[in-house]
Amino acid sequence: MSTINNPGLSVLQEIEPLLPTNTANIKDRIVSSIYQQAESVSAQVVRSKNSQYTGLEARLDNILTSRWLGFPIMLLLLTLILWITITGANYPSQLLATGLFWLEEQLTALFLAVNAPVWLSGLLIQGMYRSLAWVVSVMLPPMAIFFPLFTLLEDLGYLPRVAFNMDKLFRRAGAHGKQCLTMCMGFGCNAAGVISCRIIDSPRERLIAILTNTFSICNGRFPTLIALSTIFMGTLVSQAYSSVLATLAVVAIIMTGIATTLLVSSLLSRTLFRGMPSFFVLELPPFRRPQLGQILIRSLLDRTLFVLWRAVVIAAPAGALTWILANSFVGGTSVFALIVGWLNPLGQLMGMDGIILIAFLLGLPANEIVLPILIMGYISAGSMLELDSLNALRILLLDHGWTWITALCVMLFSLLHFPCGTTLYTIFKETRSARWTLLSALLPLLLGIVVTLLINQGAQIIMR
Amino acid sequence: MPHTLSLADIPIGASVRIAEILTPGNNRRRLLDLGLVPGARVEIIRRSPSGNPTAYLIKGAVIALRNENAAQIMVDTN
Amino acid sequence: MAINTTLLSESTENSPDKQNNFVIALAGNPNVGKSTVFNRLTGLKQHTGNWPGKTVIKAEGTFSHRNRHYTLVDLPGTYSLHTSSSDEEVARDFICFSRPDITLVVCDATCLERNLNLVLQILEITDRVLVCVNLLDEAERKGIHVDIAMLARQLGIPAVGTAARSGRGLESLKNVLDDMLAGKIAIRPRQLVYDPELERSINKIEKRLAPYLPAWINSRWVALRVLERDFSILEHISNHKNNDFPRQVLKEEVALCLP
Ligand SMILES: Nc1nc2c(ncn2[C@@H]2O[C@H](COP(=O)(O)OP(=O)(O)O)[C@@H](O)[C@H]2O)c(=O)[nH]1
Ligand SMILES: [Mg+2]
Repeated sequence: MSTINNPGLSVLQEIEPLLPTNTANIKDRIVSSIYQQAESVSAQVVRSKNSQYTGLEARLDNILTSRWLGFPIMLLLLTLILWITITGANYPSQLLATGLFWLEEQLTALFLAVNAPVWLSGLLIQGMYRSLAWVVSVMLPPMAIFFPLFTLLEDLGYLPRVAFNMDKLFRRAGAHGKQCLTMCMGFGCNAAGVISCRIIDSPRERLIAILTNTFSICNGRFPTLIALSTIFMGTLVSQAYSSVLATLAVVAIIMTGIATTLLVSSLLSRTLFRGMPSFFVLELPPFRRPQLGQILIRSLLDRTLFVLWRAVVIAAPAGALTWILANSFVGGTSVFALIVGWLNPLGQLMGMDGIILIAFLLGLPANEIVLPILIMGYISAGSMLELDSLNALRILLLDHGWTWITALCVMLFSLLHFPCGTTLYTIFKETRSARWTLLSALLPLLLGIVVTLLINQGAQIIMR
Repeated sequence: MPHTLSLADIPIGASVRIAEILTPGNNRRRLLDLGLVPGARVEIIRRSPSGNPTAYLIKGAVIALRNENAAQIMVDTN
Repeated sequence: MAINTTLLSESTENSPDKQNNFVIALAGNPNVGKSTVFNRLTGLKQHTGNWPGKTVIKAEGTFSHRNRHYTLVDLPGTYSLHTSSSDEEVARDFICFSRPDITLVVCDATCLERNLNLVLQILEITDRVLVCVNLLDEAERKGIHVDIAMLARQLGIPAVGTAARSGRGLESLKNVLDDMLAGKIAIRPRQLVYDPELERSINKIEKRLAPYLPAWINSRWVALRVLERDFSILEHISNHKNNDFPRQVLKEEVALCLP
């Protein structure tokens, strides 16, 4: 119910205290009346034989929310979805890369043929086109697999069961049970996750959910995690199991993200947003046979293309900017190299290096382009390289002194750094507050710096 | 006679009638809107793996409430 | 919460061929198949990401039928219109202030009673309502029979039975929309009646308010909101762009007749 706080309402304000205060009673009577009449209409219209929640429905819930199986099933489904995504995306990714880089050669030839200036073809092809090609070939296949699978779970009615199972943890963290659903959405895209926080009515808990959404690894970060974990974790075992181990490493990072969400939520609800956990109502809708055709169409149009388009729009200028930075020189050194030099000491402390940090900084507009920028920095050819296989990437990274610690720190920093530009903008729109937006960027960033520092320093001590 | 049993005290599988809702304010309204009006029948269906929240069958829909919220809903067991 | 009600009221009021363009709001409880109906009717002619499978953002789409053009708006699923959450506010404000030509309320045949709660509330705001009893196939499977004709008679508005997933009943749904707009269907909506004491207060408030309210708004419904001390509705009306009544007077009048 709203209160009167508009100056134009002064008359009402004076009179309000004189009014009877038991509006609760009035509301009760109104709602009861409505329900009575709904009941009487329904009684004349509906004939039913049996109770509503029986049979298959109840038996499925018995399993999915069971004491012993509830949590393992959730973990298993998550792993399964990721595994299908990782293994399934491999081949189409390569195919796309081959096609797009073939097109690049044709474009370069065309530019040569018309005698275009070198800087123009550099900016357009090596800067913009290549970053686009990267984003499309690296992101599109996993998204085209991940989103339909996720939508399938959603359409089946499984996600509310996850919230039902997990609620106690969120309650303990002083957060809302539905935060779990907004987290799930964040796995697709954090900006969408932040918007979905609207399903949380209480402002306090909604803000907590918004500020912690970035700890759900989004689709733009999955490719980086998948690539790095395939390179550094996957090769620890034989070929046959490498995708399994890579999947498990990604699952571990996701679980770390969930744990961080709970920890930070709990911290926030004990400090900045003190208050009682609010009222929580969750409907467990009936399980319904999913509409496969609709799922494919809608997840492709609404989600895949939506996210891809955003990435493309952002990757093009970011690619151009990177190219410009790498090709403008101050006293013989490129601007890119200069910034890398400044960032290097901090990067080293955090188990990474200057190039990795600049890749995250330039990747602010979209997480998808972090890896491409990173590669470009290493090759220092002034543009993003075509890497036809993960093995080439592995050699490149090893050449630049990467160890499993570097990979671990990069993966953790990918989990724990500022949200992407779109997400920040969305947070600003949803909270209408520059302060909360700033906090939403600084909080994970500080956490990321501290965590990678500790891990790196700890590892150095152990290795010594 | 004051009601002594709340929705949170009822075992799984039982069916009760809503007697009175003690929840104040906006949340009271939300409960009413869900069909938790005095006189309505509610069946207790299941608890989450960790015991909280609990799912109820209310006018044909399965709805989960945290136990501390359910404790403010007084019921008749007949 | 920002509510974008301008978008559609503009598109309907300023468009040159308004005669032939109709806005249909899609309301209903969560999970009754609103989005399925929406997707079935509009096909691929829709925009805005309907991101979370459980509609959070309003989605819009278009379709044509019998030479009429429709803009369909998928509202968030709500149990009621009492604005205790931002979803409900979006739904209520759209139905109340954007004044769609028809509000299509999608209901779940397997638990009609709780859906009727919302239908009856919407009927308090507008009488241009069409009820779509969806999930008939599920109901049949569960041995539940819904007498659609009886429902229409009881509510005094048209009702159509559908199973949106298989597309069953959607043709007649579109036909009924057309008939309603053509004025071929008599509408005598059932009105909610409250206990005598409440009715007296409602009437008293309504009488005092009515002269100051714009013609398009249901004054009885506004009176009810005021009775519940939901004064935000008055501000909403005052702020609404095609309102022309003196806001100060309105509020004074209201204050005087509260019980
Ligand atoms: N069996 C059956 N399932 C349906 C029907 N309409 C929708 N569904 C399913 O009901 C679920 C919820 O539908 P959705 O359109 O998302 O509901 P909304 O929340 O009201 O938008 C989905 O799993 C649909 O596949 C129907 O007529 N029959
Ligand atoms: Mg929907």
